[in-house]
Amino acid sequence: MTEANVRNSRFDLRRLTKSKELLVFAFLILLLVFAPLFLSIFRVNLLGKFIAYAILAIGLDLIWGFTGILSLGHGVFFGLGAYCMAMYLKLEAAQGKLPDFMSWSGLESLPWFWKPFTNSALAIVMAILIPTGLAFVIGFFTFKNRIRGVYFSILSQALAIIFSVLFVGQQAYTGGTNGLTNYRSIMGFSLSSDTTKLTLYYISLALLVVTYLFCNFLVKRRIGRILVAIRDGENRVRFSGYNPATYKIFVYCLSAAIAGLAGAVFVPQVGIISPAEMGIVPSIEMVIWVAIGGRGTLIGAVIGAILVNALKSGISDSFPDVWSYFIGLAFVFVVLLMPQGIVGLVKEMARRFKQPPNHTEHLSTDKAA
Amino acid sequence: MDSILQIDNLTVSFNGFRAVNHVKTEIEKGEIRFFIGPNGAGKTTLLDAICGRVKPQSGQVLFSGNLDVTRYSEHEIVNIGIGRKFQVPSVFAHMSVYENMELAVVKDRSLYSSIFHKLNNEQRERIEDILVTIGLYEKRLNTPKALSHGEKQWLEIGMLLAQEPKLMLLDEPVAGMGRSETDVTGKLLEKIARNCTIIVVEHDMEFVKDYATKVTVLHEGAILDEGSVSEVQSNQKVIDVYLGRGGEGECLM
Amino acid sequence: MGTYLLQIFNGISVSSILILAALGLAITFGLMKIINMAHGEFIMIGAYVTYLMQNQFLHLPKSLFGLYFLLAIPASFIVSGLVGFVLERTVIRHLYNRPLDSLLATWGVSLVLQQLARNIFGAPNVDVKSPGWLDGGLVLSQGLQLPYKRLFIIALVIVCLLSMFLLLYKSKTGRRIRAVMQNREMAESMGINTRRVDAYTFAIGSGFAGIAGCALTLLGSIGSTLGTNYIVDTFMVVVLGGVGTLVGTAAGGLLIGTANTTLEFLTNASLGKVLVFILIITLLQWRPNGLFNISSRSLDD
Repeated sequence: MTEANVRNSRFDLRRLTKSKELLVFAFLILLLVFAPLFLSIFRVNLLGKFIAYAILAIGLDLIWGFTGILSLGHGVFFGLGAYCMAMYLKLEAAQGKLPDFMSWSGLESLPWFWKPFTNSALAIVMAILIPTGLAFVIGFFTFKNRIRGVYFSILSQALAIIFSVLFVGQQAYTGGTNGLTNYRSIMGFSLSSDTTKLTLYYISLALLVVTYLFCNFLVKRRIGRILVAIRDGENRVRFSGYNPATYKIFVYCLSAAIAGLAGAVFVPQVGIISPAEMGIVPSIEMVIWVAIGGRGTLIGAVIGAILVNALKSGISDSFPDVWSYFIGLAFVFVVLLMPQGIVGLVKEMARRFKQPPNHTEHLSTDKAA
Repeated sequence: MDSILQIDNLTVSFNGFRAVNHVKTEIEKGEIRFFIGPNGAGKTTLLDAICGRVKPQSGQVLFSGNLDVTRYSEHEIVNIGIGRKFQVPSVFAHMSVYENMELAVVKDRSLYSSIFHKLNNEQRERIEDILVTIGLYEKRLNTPKALSHGEKQWLEIGMLLAQEPKLMLLDEPVAGMGRSETDVTGKLLEKIARNCTIIVVEHDMEFVKDYATKVTVLHEGAILDEGSVSEVQSNQKVIDVYLGRGGEGECLM
Repeated sequence: MGTYLLQIFNGISVSSILILAALGLAITFGLMKIINMAHGEFIMIGAYVTYLMQNQFLHLPKSLFGLYFLLAIPASFIVSGLVGFVLERTVIRHLYNRPLDSLLATWGVSLVLQQLARNIFGAPNVDVKSPGWLDGGLVLSQGLQLPYKRLFIIALVIVCLLSMFLLLYKSKTGRRIRAVMQNREMAESMGINTRRVDAYTFAIGSGFAGIAGCALTLLGSIGSTLGTNYIVDTFMVVVLGGVGTLVGTAAGGLLIGTANTTLEFLTNASLGKVLVFILIITLLQWRPNGLFNISSRSLDD
């Protein structure tokens, strides 16, 4: 099967059940709203982490599934958002003193770029703006000069390495390999209290809904068609009078902003961010969430992120070796056998169930192929 | 007469090979101009240079009097009114015929507009008019994979029409079409030429004879002759290098 | 003065390994539009083969120990090549012309291979003892000594590059490979079994990565993540040099290798990496498809 064929089947499926996607999403959100009633606060906290990942996956799907740009460096944007939030949490924990790791590294006063992060609102804004700004710079210098396809993917992967190396190297400012941890409270509320945890969970969930609805709005507008058109024939888009670079930079910035938001949601619930979260391995794992869920459908990204991470925490706690084999084989299996992921599989099954193979329809598609 | 495109001393080279060599010609408003010539004569490259796909080494292409298109990038050239159809039909395979037209019909191609503006009534009507003209109204909700080769070509011409260009560049629009489809395409071109100038690259000499206002014969990157079909056909040099020498035109002469 | 010379020498020696690793990658990408993320694991396999070979020689008389490395080179080529062949037959051949998908699937393969290596050889790194005849170095002047190990690696890479060149441009197989690379359909209609060419080329590319792994054992201890450490740099070589060209690979490798060592020497390890990245992006502004790309005339490929 060629890449074009894969896309073919995907589009048809998407058309078939466009409206049902929203229903499925609503059902999923309902489940997540009531989940805390049945789960321990530890599990709820874990689920909150998965929701942060799901937010990121939506942005990644927008750029990969819809626009066809495979970014292998989204961990960086996620990490930057997370670090922004973590800097604020760290400063609040230090209560006006120098954060512990800085004094261990011999710093005597707070570096200038840490100072704005004493303000929680500013930290949250920065968690979104800094990734967006970085994406703009990278996007500008790549897309504008038509660096595309695998060339872009490899550059984005290099970005992931660079940032993790940079953050490890600048120990005095970033906490080095250990990252930033040991927070106490967020806006005065203790992070160890169950109420705070539950509140954070519901805030994450609300942000997931907002992100989903916003992206859903976008892909239904004309821009959604333009993004798909760029994926399927970038030069044709150009000769239709659109500048693909503008759209690619926009979608890259947007998905970076979403990743940054996800990072900011992640940190207070998980309690640590380190360079390990932004390297190449986590960055490419993010792609597999989207692939397993079903690229090119927003709901697929959400389902994939939550499901894969739930499996991961289930398996890797008890058998870490098995997890490596599992995720490795999942990559191969999904790409080879179910390129549309779970959503594609479910839709295909639903279609077969509903309409028994129609003879004339088959004839006409055969002819066209 | 009013000229819409002036090609002046245009040279395009690839790694030292001159695909187009000091070409100079002028195209008048409302013309259906044909570029003919044997394979490798530089016809497609000439179109590529006009629509910005290749950058010429030297020379100018002036559009509407004073716009030098060699300075613009592809999408800017489209936006000043030059549309291009490629040899292999290239439409967006995973969108419906209507959605394909939708992307073409919009004039404001900015990010803002594509997020916030929906099509207005006039644009919707124009899409429907064009779909009727190209005979695809019934199939507007199908994806292009359900279209025949000829229909894909028409869809692409329709998308060009929707862009409302002042100049349309068509690369072998009837290649792979049967006689009846070819005639439909020819009639379509005549209709389009009422408010638009057309440049066609074509090998089908019958088609050229039926619809050309003027023909430019290219050979090894340079212009060999230019004039009406009958003028060109009687030129001994043209017969030698193209029409009479086992070229694609031979059997049809 | 001496330190600068040594820096340049180190740069060339790092470059040479990058070139060796990138060689197979550039060819397979040019040939099949496959991005093989598991390529780094062929480096790892080559390194472990060398380790195993050394262990075998530990049972033999001491005087023979120095020879193990000479045997390890072809052995790592063959074993990596075989694994590459199997991978091509089972996974890669389903992914032709789907570069982004191939990237993901082969990343999965790489995770599995790494975990296998951890289960077989254990998680800690293992050391390979270099043969005695590579100890010491060429003394150029007071305080300036070029280690024989690194000189040997450079020589090894030159030999590999030359044999790749001969294979591609002087042999019948090479003519087939180039034919498929330039026009697959045409080659097919000329009666070339393109699938077989793909498989062999992939195996050869993997084999060269194996030799790179073998060479790496001279420079440090080896572990399951050996490939991961090199894969991104290797890919940058391909991106910068342009796919499918030997000259491009060599130029890209030299540039990145020397830039890496020089910039890390002038600043520090982490800033050096950032600067190299900026350098590559800057160069790509000027030639987006690599320094030595083969241009294509199709509209959307």
